[in-house]
Amino acid sequence: MKCGIVVFPGSNCDHDCYHILKHILNQETHWLWHKEEANLESFDLVVLPGGFSYGDYLRAGAIARFSPIMNSIIRFAESGGKVLGICNGFQILLECDLLPGALIQNQSRKFICKNVSVRIENTDTPFTLQCGKNQVLEIPIAHHQGSYYIDPFSLNHLEENGQILFRYCDTSGNVSAESNPNGSVGSVAGVANGGKNVMGLMPHPERCADPELAGTDGQIIFQSLISNS
Amino acid sequence: MLAQIHVTFKEGVLDPQGKTVHHALNDLGYDEVLDVNIGKYLEIKLDSASEEEAEIRVREMCERLLANTVIESFRFTLVPTE
Repeated sequence: MKCGIVVFPGSNCDHDCYHILKHILNQETHWLWHKEEANLESFDLVVLPGGFSYGDYLRAGAIARFSPIMNSIIRFAESGGKVLGICNGFQILLECDLLPGALIQNQSRKFICKNVSVRIENTDTPFTLQCGKNQVLEIPIAHHQGSYYIDPFSLNHLEENGQILFRYCDTSGNVSAESNPNGSVGSVAGVANGGKNVMGLMPHPERCADPELAGTDGQIIFQSLISNS
Repeated sequence: MLAQIHVTFKEGVLDPQGKTVHHALNDLGYDEVLDVNIGKYLEIKLDSASEEEAEIRVREMCERLLANTVIESFRFTLVPTE
């Protein structure tokens, strides 16, 4: 699988994503600099990593979505290319309308950094095809603006269309207000576009994918993508 | 010309900051406070040929960048400067 990792000013999970894809999963991995458009035709996957692109000024992701590389990524996504946005990358994908909805400040008003459980809601996507139905993954979150919002009508539409891929839950897979860390509507932790080739999530799978560190639950998302390429 | 722009959350979108300030004001004895909505205020200096042109361009700036219309609404006034 040929992967590209986008580097914005303020990205800080770019090296983690690069490490997992290149050194742990042995995939061909390249950097993509935000200032330049790129020919992505030969790529299988583009990752928008976490961090604080442009200092989160105005709104998280609002400035980054106008970077030159985003023109290439929008074209890539529209022609069926797979795009994964993690945390700040998710915020950028929402700002440029590749994904529906928005992310607002956590209900608690606090920056939350901890392991959470998420339940797989749809296994019929390139990002989750190796997961079991209702499988629970333990993945860390680290964000201040991670409360997913979409109007009730559109939330229903996402549900019916299988676009909700991850929901916050407890360790047994039960979804409740207590297991929702940030006040996201419908406990949504990750969504895909209608074509299921663009996905964004707030949890950080790249932070739990190296066996040297505690937990490898995040690997399954990358392995799903590899098996689909 | 000066554009004075207000960006606020739409009705129904959770505003945790507004909620906290609301409670704080009630705790201070301002029982008449019914709701608090915290938003952003931007001042943009413009070199526009006319107010009509400024109106069109500022609206576009709000829609493209300054507000995320999924969650926010905006309003602005144009003030003449010498």
